[in-house]
Amino acid sequence: MTESPNLVAFTPERLEKVNEIIARYPQGRQKSALLPVLHVAQEQWGWLSSEVMDYVAAILSIQPVEVYEVASFYTMYHLDPVGKHVIEYCRTGPCCLMGGEDVYGYLKQKLGVGAGETTADGLFTLKEVECLAACGWGPVFQIREKYYMNLTNEKVDEIIEDLSK
Amino acid sequence: MARKILTEHINVPGIETFDVYRKQGGYTAVEKALKTMTPEEVVEEAKKSGVRGRGGAGFPMGMKWGFLAKPEGVPRYLVCNADESEPGTFKDHHLMKSIPHLLIEGMIISSFALGANKSFIYVRGELLYVVRILEQAIEEAKAQGFLGKNILGTGYDLELVVQPGGGAYICGEETALLESLEGKRGNPRNKPPFPAVKGLYQSPTVVNNVESIANMSWIINNGGEEYAKIGIGRSTGTKLISASGHINKPGVYEIELGVSVEEFLNSDEYCGGVRKGHHLKALVAGGSSVPILPAHLIMKTANGEDRLMSYESLSDGGFATGTMLGSGGFIVFDETACIVRNTWNFSRFYHHESCGQCSPCREGTGWMEKILHRIEHGHGSMHDVDLLVDISKKIEGNTICPLGDAAAWPVASAIRHFRDEFVWHITHPQEATRPGAVYQGEMALV
Repeated sequence: MTESPNLVAFTPERLEKVNEIIARYPQGRQKSALLPVLHVAQEQWGWLSSEVMDYVAAILSIQPVEVYEVASFYTMYHLDPVGKHVIEYCRTGPCCLMGGEDVYGYLKQKLGVGAGETTADGLFTLKEVECLAACGWGPVFQIREKYYMNLTNEKVDEIIEDLSK
Repeated sequence: MARKILTEHINVPGIETFDVYRKQGGYTAVEKALKTMTPEEVVEEAKKSGVRGRGGAGFPMGMKWGFLAKPEGVPRYLVCNADESEPGTFKDHHLMKSIPHLLIEGMIISSFALGANKSFIYVRGELLYVVRILEQAIEEAKAQGFLGKNILGTGYDLELVVQPGGGAYICGEETALLESLEGKRGNPRNKPPFPAVKGLYQSPTVVNNVESIANMSWIINNGGEEYAKIGIGRSTGTKLISASGHINKPGVYEIELGVSVEEFLNSDEYCGGVRKGHHLKALVAGGSSVPILPAHLIMKTANGEDRLMSYESLSDGGFATGTMLGSGGFIVFDETACIVRNTWNFSRFYHHESCGQCSPCREGTGWMEKILHRIEHGHGSMHDVDLLVDISKKIEGNTICPLGDAAAWPVASAIRHFRDEFVWHITHPQEATRPGAVYQGEMALV
């Protein structure tokens, strides 16, 4: 079914986690594990190549296309290689009211990249996202699981410098 | 100080842990419900409370529970909708990260009431850190015998599963959420059948919002009738309001339903007023999808009565002069805000988030975004304003799920109340496209 199942494999710890996730659902409903397992896969590989998606399909006993259609529907899954840190910047109204567009302009200039691009050193990928449910603490961006809130140009300087070390 | 049901203990240090939560009276409602009440009695208390769905639709929760089909030998499911994604809304995020056990406790009581032995909390994928907080809380509750097999020796079994989404606003729609939970794209289902009959895995399912479920501990401890005494009319209880935009104190506030908009906006207990030196221009009271109102209509109804923070008062006047409480996303705009730019922004959001299943929404949201973009950037024509209204009417009511309505209303209402501002962008493109330029024509600021 999969072309190269042996080229990619979860680490033993992650495989254990994946099996624990699959066991959460009723018998025969293991497809429910797809979204959480894709998060685990992205944690390991940074992005979801077709090899990785085929591997996940095999683990869940579903067709590869069932993985592709899900991975391409949800915005959090990266279907192309990304930098070490993916900055997911909120571009929605309430953050804009708090100066989100100005800070975004500053961030783009500082990194020298636009939306969807990765810095030459491979450290940062910039992504525009919609509302992150943190409107009272805007402007906001997210890197992996961490929220960076009440952003200003100065805070952006600090964060980027810190993550560039 | 107003009465607090959900946030009374939210600032107690360590409240995210089982021990501290328990010391504040946590889990006594689980003991009471499981040991001294029947599931039917719990449902009855929910009905008496009059608590309405806090995710935006405002449908009475107890009545929704009453619709759940109970065929023999078929499992039933409770799914908590924690996919909070409506722009302007961040109350569930705040509640879950600060006091996770309040939701866990509510889930146990609600699952017991519905006869569910496996329940899910579907959390938007961006909040993976909140997923971990909830999983930790579940582990603690399990270790103390409040979850798992034979809870508190009552013979009732319950397993709670926290499910992360993958980033999709549409999964806040309950049937899209169920599709997603089954590992599929978040395409809303045609109804009927409703989830109460065929939901998760084709089994009877109830989907409730985080805040709705979190009310259950108080309702069981104090009784549905006591809950119904709080609030005003059919808007019973308290409501979490997410306040953002041009105010002095953005944040999440718990109000007793019925407090006036004026008090909520200006009192130091809540928003602390429009930011210093500025004036109120417009307000979105219930999340980005509800109609935007100009300052004078949000403070007073068209009849000159004080506008209150309640389902009924906010919708007074229909869409001609009113709006909706929705999810309680309270977004404040002062005179520096450009209505055209914000409408384009919201429109881009709905275009981005349309699942693509229904043509009026898939195509219409894109057209609206494109037209609003050209007006905002100085390339609009007078015909565009009516064209936008026309498109919005053709989306509204013509889609499987309410995302179409949610996309249509902000555009239609912005033009209804701020048409002059759209026209100015079209007739004064050079002025309007200067950085920071905002329409300065006649309008009533408060």
